[in-house]
Amino acid sequence: MEWANAIVQGIVTGGFYALFACGLSLMFGVMGIINLAHGDLAIIAAYVAIALVPSTHLPMVWAFVVVVPIFALGGYLLQRTLLQTSLDRSPFTTLLVTFGLSVIIENVLLEVFSANGQSITIGTLITKSFSVNTTITISYLSVIVLAVAIVVLGGIQLFLSRTPTGRQIRAVADDREAAQLVGANYRHVFGIAAAIAFATVALAGLSYGMLTEFVPTSGVTTLLFAFESVVIGGIGNVWGTLVGGVILGVAQQIGAQINPAYQILAGNLVFLAVLAVRPRGLFGVRTA
Amino acid sequence: MTERAVPAPLLEVRGLTVYHGQLRALDRIDLAVAAGETYAIIGANGAGKSTLLRTVVGLHQPRSGHVLLDGRDITSEPPYRRLAAGVALVPEGRRLFPSLTVEENLLVGMHKARPGTFDLNRVFELFPWIPGRRKQRASQLSGGEQQAVAICRALLANPRVLLLDELSLGLAPIVVRRIYQVLPALVAEGLTILLVEQDVAQARQVATHVHCLLEGRTSLMGRPDEVTAEQIEEAYFGVGWLPPSASAAELGV
Amino acid sequence: MTTQERAPTPRTAASGTLHVRRAGASGTLVGAAGLVVLVVFAFMPVIVSEADTTLLVNFFVLLTMAVMWNLLAGYAGMVSIGQQAFVGLGGYGVLVLAMNGFDPVAAIPVAAVVAALIAVPVSVLLFRLGGGYFAIATWVVADTAQIVVSSITSLGGGTGHPVPGLSSMSPHTFAETTYWAALAVVSVSLGIAYGLLRSPLGLLMAAVRDDEVSARSAGARVMTTRRIVYVVAALGCGAAGAILAVSQLQVQPSSIFSVQWAAEMIFVSMIGGMGTLEGPILGTVLFFVLQQNLAQDGAWYLIIFGAVAVLVAIWTPRGLWGAIRQRTGIELFPVGYRLHGGARGLVTQAQLLDGGSAAGSNGPGSRAGAVWRRLRS
Repeated sequence: MEWANAIVQGIVTGGFYALFACGLSLMFGVMGIINLAHGDLAIIAAYVAIALVPSTHLPMVWAFVVVVPIFALGGYLLQRTLLQTSLDRSPFTTLLVTFGLSVIIENVLLEVFSANGQSITIGTLITKSFSVNTTITISYLSVIVLAVAIVVLGGIQLFLSRTPTGRQIRAVADDREAAQLVGANYRHVFGIAAAIAFATVALAGLSYGMLTEFVPTSGVTTLLFAFESVVIGGIGNVWGTLVGGVILGVAQQIGAQINPAYQILAGNLVFLAVLAVRPRGLFGVRTA
Repeated sequence: MTERAVPAPLLEVRGLTVYHGQLRALDRIDLAVAAGETYAIIGANGAGKSTLLRTVVGLHQPRSGHVLLDGRDITSEPPYRRLAAGVALVPEGRRLFPSLTVEENLLVGMHKARPGTFDLNRVFELFPWIPGRRKQRASQLSGGEQQAVAICRALLANPRVLLLDELSLGLAPIVVRRIYQVLPALVAEGLTILLVEQDVAQARQVATHVHCLLEGRTSLMGRPDEVTAEQIEEAYFGVGWLPPSASAAELGV
Repeated sequence: MTTQERAPTPRTAASGTLHVRRAGASGTLVGAAGLVVLVVFAFMPVIVSEADTTLLVNFFVLLTMAVMWNLLAGYAGMVSIGQQAFVGLGGYGVLVLAMNGFDPVAAIPVAAVVAALIAVPVSVLLFRLGGGYFAIATWVVADTAQIVVSSITSLGGGTGHPVPGLSSMSPHTFAETTYWAALAVVSVSLGIAYGLLRSPLGLLMAAVRDDEVSARSAGARVMTTRRIVYVVAALGCGAAGAILAVSQLQVQPSSIFSVQWAAEMIFVSMIGGMGTLEGPILGTVLFFVLQQNLAQDGAWYLIIFGAVAVLVAIWTPRGLWGAIRQRTGIELFPVGYRLHGGARGLVTQAQLLDGGSAAGSNGPGSRAGAVWRRLRS
């Protein structure tokens, strides 16, 4: 039954990974940007929440109300300035610039908040859980995060397929030049896509901060998990990413079951195995 | 001086010089398209025809020269502003959005639409087969069908000037003829058309004005009935071509 | 050149008579100058203090890494943020060999070769991903290598292990030996990089980076070229890690596999100038100057350096050396080519970097293609 528990825990964790991954996928799918600072930005969201809440005495729920819109706005602005400028140079430059950002963010967080672990406290919800049977216990929080992930992924999917703005984003992603010919200001459209991506980054970061303890260097770890979910599920496939996240989560939990030190290793090995056997991922639609 | 008699041009290009890297693609091109005209630019591969259209809509920035719409200089405006001002291009190779459905491709075209006569119903009248296939992905259409949808997508923005780049490229002659058949209807709606064509016969048939490009320079211009097939052939291939300093005026057209 | 006047327009020049010549000083001159510099550096332990030789060892280590990363990214167009995998493997290679009775210093080249051998199968996996996904995947590989090594208890697990066989040396001999080993590694690295870039492979690398499609059509064996560069970079980074193991007397997974190595080698190359051999040298010097002055302020030196690197990447992608060369025309390592007859000026890989994908087929990339085809015929 311990194995069953590992699988159940893996599945709920997988939802969280997918939440992390969808912003990464969106930025790559629309702008061709691989944002290497993706994970570190999420960790910023968590730090903003712990810096904000004690000083304002607001209930933690308000962290979402404040941080998510701030991140969306920040995403739009960052895209219109630094990211667009580097994208105008080349995708190569974008990689270097976002890597630079990642290192800068991580070290500034270290200087400001120290390397001590922190977590976002949300009262009793964080500890409450329900038992399926004697061995399987699921925390409410992780189920909520899984539900949020599914809602966010579905919401993005619906937004892209049903709304005029979503249609324009897809058109720009398909053919930037042709999109300009039908009246799209692609820089603005990129900004909107970045705003959505950054909002999901904030959600992911806040969830992370509630689920577990975080340190300034947590961003790298989460970036790798998000990335592995995307590649396992298949680049360019929204629900594939969810499945990829679940596979990664289950692999990690099973690895941890064998030896706690193997948790991350097991995930990495599954990722490398997928890369070796199915380089396009399980549900991949196109090559990377 | 007969040019003065016609009304002020709707679209005008003055001294346009465009470079691709070190290569000069266009060299001091002038042209003026009056409202209601069908202006054809013809020339061989690499003559700079597509570059000209792309510069007019703002996909390329000229090194020097100006693009004017209704007398207003739009040279520094981005493509989406030019579309809003009434200049739409049907690009070479159709360039539909492959992952969007036919209907979505058309809806995207309406995003920045000006007020005007073209709506979905009107374009469906032009190509009655489209409504039945609106849910298909654009990438599943044949070349000719894609060309039709691409024209509709541009029309839905209700442009004043419609730029058509190589409509016939890669299409069977019968398909080309069917597509060209809709042009008179568009002109009747008050559209002005600037088209680029390699197929000289096709272009002469529909055009009120022909303009030959040869290696980025104007080699001939005039009304189709004013210029002979031999003149066009010379201007097209550069056979017996005069030195570059000679302007179109010296050719007596 | 007499061909100069036979160039009426750039277009005819491109298809007409082109003469390709090696730019800058002659190879022998560079070789002689390099030898003089090497001899001067070889006598450093006699001249300067032990603390300074230790600093120089760290300088050589970072320079070696930067030269290798620059080969990968600046020339072959592969952005790796996981070279610390090979730094760590090189370091642990020395440890394993020393634990089995090898002389640690003699183990340095062996450990480097082991790192390079591991890079071969790794490249098979990584090369399945393009561009940005390749970059993150290199990071995953480094992460995996660190976890695997940390879980081997006989190597000390997560806390690391001292390198045996070094305590018998006197502090003075140890400092000198380490210094010369590091000097040897950096000299060989620079030599290999220089030789690689002057070989037809160097041109092929530029062609691949600037325009993969046209390079392939020009007959460039893209994958093979990339793999060779990747393996060479692993060799160099492995050697750098091996030096670190010896000079620090111990290896510890979280420090020798640290992503900080990647950050430093990347920033140094970006600031100094990617796609030039001089750039990483200049960048490494600047890095050490900054680090020495800000070392007491924690990680701020890295933050400042990173910020500068980002700004340089955006404003002058050729880096400081590229900017200097543009002004002065100085080139210490002649690895570029001059085209005579029409297309003017110096075609160096660094210039080709400038346009990136934006320049398209009409950009400088096609010039590299032209040079490449010329050299092949």
